[in-house]
Amino acid sequence: MSLLDVENLRTAYTVKGKTFYAVDGVSFSVGAKETVGLVGESGCGKSTLGKTVMRLIEPASGKITLDGHDIATLPEAQMRPMRRKLQMVFQDPYASLNPRQTIWQMLETPLKVHGVADPAERRRIIEAMAEKIGFPKASLQRFAHEFSGGQRQRIGIARALILEPELVVCDEAVSALDLSIQAQILNLLVDLKREMGLAFLFISHDLSVVRYISDRVLVMYLGKIVESADHATLWNSPRHPYTRALLSSVPSTDPAKKIGGAISGEISTKIPETGCRFRARCPIAEARCALEAPELKTLPGGNAVACHLA
Amino acid sequence: MIPKPPVLELLKLEVGFPGAPIVKGIDLKIEEGEKVALVGESGCGKSLTAFSILRLLPQAARITGGQVIFDGHDLATLPAHELRRIRGKGIALILQEPMTSLNPVLPIGLQVAENILQHEKLSRRAAKERVIELLDLVGIPNPRERYTMYPHNFSGGMRQRVMIAMAIACNPRLLIADEPTTALDVTIQAQVMDLLEDLCSKLSMAMLLITHDLGAVAQWTDRVAVMYAGRIVETAPIAPFFAGPQHPYSQGLMNSSVDDGWHYSSHRLTEITGNVHSALGERGCAFAPRCPLAAPGCRETPPPLELAGPDWHVACYRRAEAMAPSPVAASH
Repeated sequence: MSLLDVENLRTAYTVKGKTFYAVDGVSFSVGAKETVGLVGESGCGKSTLGKTVMRLIEPASGKITLDGHDIATLPEAQMRPMRRKLQMVFQDPYASLNPRQTIWQMLETPLKVHGVADPAERRRIIEAMAEKIGFPKASLQRFAHEFSGGQRQRIGIARALILEPELVVCDEAVSALDLSIQAQILNLLVDLKREMGLAFLFISHDLSVVRYISDRVLVMYLGKIVESADHATLWNSPRHPYTRALLSSVPSTDPAKKIGGAISGEISTKIPETGCRFRARCPIAEARCALEAPELKTLPGGNAVACHLA
Repeated sequence: MIPKPPVLELLKLEVGFPGAPIVKGIDLKIEEGEKVALVGESGCGKSLTAFSILRLLPQAARITGGQVIFDGHDLATLPAHELRRIRGKGIALILQEPMTSLNPVLPIGLQVAENILQHEKLSRRAAKERVIELLDLVGIPNPRERYTMYPHNFSGGMRQRVMIAMAIACNPRLLIADEPTTALDVTIQAQVMDLLEDLCSKLSMAMLLITHDLGAVAQWTDRVAVMYAGRIVETAPIAPFFAGPQHPYSQGLMNSSVDDGWHYSSHRLTEITGNVHSALGERGCAFAPRCPLAAPGCRETPPPLELAGPDWHVACYRRAEAMAPSPVAASH
C-alpha cells in the first residue's frame, strides 16, 4: 500500500452554469519517501489536482486514500487530524505568508492547532525547525516583509514541515525564485527529505527542476494523466507524443544542442468530447484517435502511458 | 572595408533613482543583425538598462551619465519629439506581460495599425492590408478575421505574437525583448522564440533579449552579457561562454542551474551563498561578498572589464584563479 492512493479523482468547476472537469478521472499513487513530479502546461489541471488532494478544493468524485484512510469525503472535523500528515508549500512566498504575524507565530499556530499544548515543547520544536532552515533564533521575532524571496520560501517550507508531515505537496515551490536561490531551496528540500523521510508531490511547469528532484513523474494534459514513468525512463525514452513534445521544447544550455522543432498549437480550453485530448496538436494522430479516448495502460515495469500509438 | 558601425552602443551608461544608482556604467555594443542576451537576477538592473535605451523609465528614475548611441544620435539627450520618431520605428520593444500590454477595449488590428500610421504615410486601407500581412507573418491563423478581435479572444502565446507584429510593423533595426516568454509555457516559449529568431534573420533585425533563462540564451542568441548589481561582469559569444564561463558569478549561475541528466540522488546543486542584497554598500567588486574566490584586493575598487579571449570580456581580479581547475565545480 502506498502512502497516498488517488483513484479516479474528478474535480468540477462550474463556469456560467456549465460544469467541466479540470481533473478528470486521475489515478496515481505516491509511495512513502517518494518524490513524484507532476508536469504539464498552464491550464492542464495540475494545481487543481494538488489542491484537491489537499482537500482545499472539494473533489466531485473519486477516492483519496492517505495512509489507509479515505479522505475524499471526510467532514472537516475528522479531516483536521489528517492534515498533520499532509502539508503544502505554495508558489508565491509573498502572498502565502501572513504579513501581520511574526515568523514565530506562523510556526507556532500549526503546533497549537494540532494539540502540542506544552509551550516549552513548542519552543523546542520551533527552534529545531529554525535551525534546519538556517534561521538564527533572533530572526523568528521578525515579520515576513523583512525577508527576501528565498528566505520567505524557507519560512513557507518550515511552516509546512513543523508538524512532521508524511507527504508535502509543493505547488511551483521554486518557480518564483532566481536561479541561485532556486538551487538553495532545491538543496534544502532534498536535505529535509532525507532527514525527515518526506514524500513530495512536486508540481511544476519547469521540466528541468522536476527532472532533478523527482523519482517518478506524471505528465498531465487537459485534466488527464497521459504518462507516468520513473525519471530515467521518462527522460531517456518518453512514450507519449505530448511528453516528447514537452521535453523537446526545453532549451538546453548547450548551444550545440538545438531544440527539436517546436510543437504547433496550444493547450485549448475546450475539452474534446470524444477521442484523445491531445490529438489536435499530435504529430502522429490517426483517425482512431478522434473516436476512442486512450486509457492509461500500465506497461511491464510499472510505467504507464495513455496513447493508442505509443 | 570599413566595418559597419554597431546598431546600438551603450557608453558608460548610468541610470538610477535619486540617491540610488542602479545601473553603474555599462558598455555594450550590438552589431547589425546580432542577437545579444542580457542576463542576470532580479534587481540587477537589466530591465532598467533596456528601458533607458528608449528613455521609458519609471518616474523619478533618470539617466545620470553616459550615452546611448543609435544611428548617430545620443538617445540619452535627444529631444522628445525626435526620440518619438525612433520609438517603434528604429527600435521596437516587446514586454513580458502580453496580458497587460495590449489595450483591452481596442481590436488588435487597430493596435498594430497605430504604429504604422504613426510612422509611415499610408492610407488606412493600405495600413490594414499591411497589418493582415504582419499577423500572417507572425503565425496568427485567419488574420483577416482576427483583425477585428479583442485581446481577450487570444491566448497568452497569441497575444505575444500580436505584440511581435506590432513591434516589427515598421521594420525596426533593433528589437528589445524584455523577458518575452517568461509568462509562457515551454512549448509556447519555443514557438515564440523560434519566430523571433526567424524574423531577425528575415528582416535583418538585431535583438537585445533580456532574460534570466540560460537555456533561452544558449538556444536563441549569439552573444551574452551577464549583469550583476548594475554592472556587466562578463560578455562573450555563446559557444565559448557555455563551454566555460570565466567570471565566478557566471560559473555560479551555470552550476546552480539544473543541467541535463542531473538527479538529486547523485548530484548536489552548487549554491551561490547569500543573496544580491549583500552588494549594497560594497566599494569593490559587487559579487565579492558571495564569491568563493574573493581576496582582500577585490573589496577596494570594482574590477574593469578586460579582454579575456576573442570578443570576450571579463571583470574579475581573480580570473586566473577562476579559470584554474574550477574550485566551484570541484566542490560537489
